[in-house]
Amino acid sequence: MTPIIEVNQLCKSFDRFNAVNNLSFTVNKGDIFGFLGENGAGKSTTIRMLLTLIQPTSGNIQLFGEPLQQNRKSILQRVGAVIEKPDLYKYLSAYENLNLFAKMSGLKLSKNTLMQQLDVVGLADRSHSKVKTFSQGMKQRLGIAVALVHDPQLIMLDEPTNGLDPQGIVDIRNLIMRLSQERGKTILVSSHLLSEIELIANRLLIIHKGEKVVEGSVKSLLDPAETIIKIETSDNQHAFELLKKWEHLENAILNENEIHIKMHKNETPFLVRFLTENKMDIFSVKHVNSLEDYFLNLTKSDTHVQPFTN
Amino acid sequence: MFSLLQIELFKISRRPRTYIGFAAITAIVLIFQFAFKADGESYMNLMLQNVQDSFDLDKSKAINGYFMCYIILNTLLVQVPILVTLIAGDAISGEANMGTLRLMLTKPYSRSQLLFVKFLAAFLFTVFLLIWIAILSLFVSLLIFGTDDMLIFRVKGDESQILQISKDDVMWRYFAAFGYAAVALTVIATLGILLSVFAENSIGPIVATICIVLFFTIVSNINVPVIDKHVKPWLFTSYMVGWKGFFYIGIDNEGQPIKGSLENWPAIRNSLLILIAHIGTFLGIAFYSFQKKDILS
Amino acid sequence: MIKKIACFLFLFFLFQQTIFAQDINVLLANIKTKMNKIKDYEAEGQMKTKVVFLKLPVAAVKLYFKNPNKFKLKTSKGISFIPKGAVNVNMNSLFNEHNFTVIDAGADNVNNVKVRVVKLLPNDDNSDLVLSTLYIDPIKLLILKNKTTTKENGTYELTMNYSKYSSYGLPDEILFSFNTKDYKLPKGLTFDFDDQSAKNPLSKTNKASKGEVKISLNKYYINKNLSDEFFK
Repeated sequence: MTPIIEVNQLCKSFDRFNAVNNLSFTVNKGDIFGFLGENGAGKSTTIRMLLTLIQPTSGNIQLFGEPLQQNRKSILQRVGAVIEKPDLYKYLSAYENLNLFAKMSGLKLSKNTLMQQLDVVGLADRSHSKVKTFSQGMKQRLGIAVALVHDPQLIMLDEPTNGLDPQGIVDIRNLIMRLSQERGKTILVSSHLLSEIELIANRLLIIHKGEKVVEGSVKSLLDPAETIIKIETSDNQHAFELLKKWEHLENAILNENEIHIKMHKNETPFLVRFLTENKMDIFSVKHVNSLEDYFLNLTKSDTHVQPFTN
Repeated sequence: MFSLLQIELFKISRRPRTYIGFAAITAIVLIFQFAFKADGESYMNLMLQNVQDSFDLDKSKAINGYFMCYIILNTLLVQVPILVTLIAGDAISGEANMGTLRLMLTKPYSRSQLLFVKFLAAFLFTVFLLIWIAILSLFVSLLIFGTDDMLIFRVKGDESQILQISKDDVMWRYFAAFGYAAVALTVIATLGILLSVFAENSIGPIVATICIVLFFTIVSNINVPVIDKHVKPWLFTSYMVGWKGFFYIGIDNEGQPIKGSLENWPAIRNSLLILIAHIGTFLGIAFYSFQKKDILS
Repeated sequence: MIKKIACFLFLFFLFQQTIFAQDINVLLANIKTKMNKIKDYEAEGQMKTKVVFLKLPVAAVKLYFKNPNKFKLKTSKGISFIPKGAVNVNMNSLFNEHNFTVIDAGADNVNNVKVRVVKLLPNDDNSDLVLSTLYIDPIKLLILKNKTTTKENGTYELTMNYSKYSSYGLPDEILFSFNTKDYKLPKGLTFDFDDQSAKNPLSKTNKASKGEVKISLNKYYINKNLSDEFFK
């Protein structure tokens, strides 16, 4: 598997506020990579850092195996993006907007090609209408057409279904699937809705308050047999350090009052035994039934998390 | 880079606000021309004051195309900065406001390239605006009012003067003056661009630029010696009227104007250099800030 | 020999005395006769204006005169500031326009030339002319200087130099001096470029100053039946 995006210990702080903290993840070629987190979790900041719109405070980013900052121009030629609401030039038509951004990518596309591109997003019949007359869904689709106009290998879509009606959401979802299946694009798509992501993504990253909570394949993360165990001990910090060394564990996060561990339900006794053998007093062990519940609980809580992944 | 400039000019050309400037200029110039055609003598009487007690002068000859252009520029070049600001103050902030800035910056151009193109586009807009002013206020005035020698009414220190420039010595002065005005207005354009780097809607930088220009212009025109000496040299607006220097003709020992000469070229040159230094400084700060700026819009 | 020289000198001074002693009315009549030989003329030349607040280029001018009192000063191109009273640079009309009481004001010197000074007082009380003083070279019958006071335009002074056309009594150079009021535009009206070169930043009092116009005439066309068109 060829990594297309490699993010390592990425941090960004605005004044004293840490928007992204020590974030690391990898997106492989052909992935539809779901980037999940509640509003304000740091998704947009991360995507903007991947597009050089925001300077990281520390950490490094490699795209297509090359350091982003040093190879910005050549990398961005291979990237298309829709960042939040794609407000295009309202006083220009859809066709003019697309043509303008094609030219900005150094392309001189024929009228036919541009019309085909608009057709892909279902806007061919409104190609000469001014964007100010478009609905949010149409703008979103035009934004995707703009992101695709230079046929990029990597597409980043930041909350692409935000503000869309149900049909609009389905259209965008289908479009993303087609881009991946028919044109082999690598797609990073962010959302604050797990239900949205789980339908299209093959891999998933959840962040909370700028920090990684969990990363893995959607299949394994959403396996009904897999569960999240919340465990409270006499010394959570010490227990967390011990668990990092325990070979059965894939990932865990240290919360303020408890440790969250993603593992198979059947493995719970081994976990309890491991901790008691290491002289830890266990006060409580709770199961969260699905990743969805876990995600919802996480986004409701107002706690600092400290994750690790084996 | 050239295609990027083409795109910028295309965008400017498609925005309704671009034409506000051209329409405003057309209206102002036409009103001026109509007013002077109808009753230019009253203005001439005001400017001549008691000179008419001692001299006979054919006022209809004095109100000619060259004179008209000077009078129009005298008024118009106070308003044009506002029109330039409408475009320049919107350069970056307008894109940020529309949400297109983040899209532009994900294209394979450096931020410096994009900002430089924005600057070039604002500069070209300024030049087009000046060409339009030249066409209307100079060439149309010449058609309406004809050509003749040009009279300049001037206050120099505590003296008032009337300078007469032969009609065959005027045109090059206008070309030079328009060139100077282009540089002066580019200072405003650059200030607008600089402020627009820091904002995420265009109203802020446009209003701020206009306020700075108005404030500086008002201070520049307070005729108090202490301000003349210690404050005026530090305000770029003091140098914006330097284009008039091209109409201050050099005088020989006998008090006769010397054809093709300038009274004080070093002063004009220094003003020009100061204005260019302002452009450089404003652009430098804009480039530095834009390079470092996190695009959060 | 000495006697001869003494005799010559005596006769010379006697002649001079005779001339200077001649009746002023006769002198004026002689001048008038000389001037009346000119029915019309057209003259070409340049006009240089020296006024502190006026910076004007040298203007090409044409002077037109037709007996008895038609006169016009025109610039051939451009805008011209023609001093009021410039019409009086033409002496030829002076005698034709007015009836005067002539007062002999004795002798004087103009540019080292001995002259007779004549004051002319117009008999008409409504005349704009108040007083005209002529400084006449009695030998050559030329008016070298004229000081005129008018009701409308104050006092001005004319100094004339003669050369090629002295036989007609027409000057090659006329220096016209007059009083002007100070010219002062309100500050801020013109939004001028201050290049910091003005020498007198402190206010001066409003005062009158002298203006001077020098007309150099290089060619006269005399008695060519000038058309009345030129005086319109």
